Amino acid sequence: MSVHLQEKLFDLQSITQTLKKLHNSGASVTFEGYVRDFDLENENLDALELEHYPGMTEKALLEIENLAIKRWHLDDVYIVHRHGKLNVGEPIVGIIVFAKHRKEAFEACHFIIDFLKTDAPFWKKEITNQKSYWVEAKKLDDEEKKKWN
Amino acid sequence: MKVKLFYFAKIREAIGVDREELDLANDIKTVSDLIEVLKGRGSHWQDMFSMSSSFRMAVNQEMVEATHKISTNDEVAFFPPIAFFPPITGG
Repeated sequence: MSVHLQEKLFDLQSITQTLKKLHNSGASVTFEGYVRDFDLENENLDALELEHYPGMTEKALLEIENLAIKRWHLDDVYIVHRHGKLNVGEPIVGIIVFAKHRKEAFEACHFIIDFLKTDAPFWKKEITNQKSYWVEAKKLDDEEKKKWN
Repeated sequence: MKVKLFYFAKIREAIGVDREELDLANDIKTVSDLIEVLKGRGSHWQDMFSMSSSFRMAVNQEMVEATHKISTNDEVAFFPPIAFFPPITGG
């Protein structure tokens, strides 16, 4: 079980292959999120600037992994999240879940990304060719999270 | 009582400070008391800390309410509400 905060790109496939050798798992589910060139209100974004709280972010992500491990029988969980300036199309977050069976792996991966979006201390500045602005928190994510209650 | 303060994102930019150390007077017991001290610095500080809905706080990297008591050597952080929402990472 581990969390990784970094500015550099990551290669989820090679990480999955490396971790696979450590476990006798029946399934892995990976989620990879990318920087889009639009959001709810704006189009033509060029980049994101993602700020986080070093230390607290790692604790928050480990806590989410712990919640998942308590809820499902998992072999391993890996979270990688980037910060700093991220260009459109680049990966921003990766999650890998290993389990004996697909159901646990699918559900735990879905759970982790829903919680990550509400509980981890990240702040996002959107950058277009005209301007840059901080994105205000939205309530939508809390709705995503509530379905796991 | 010495505390370390951290500021993030929009708040950091508005006040122009990312971290500082303060030696607080004895009558400062809670995060709420500390916020009053910060508001007393005027202008941008007043703007940032006047609306409780516009910021969140953590003590020693755990989210807390303003009524939380602070102790010497605590790490206190102020930041905007956490801001991810689904369209950003394809989720």
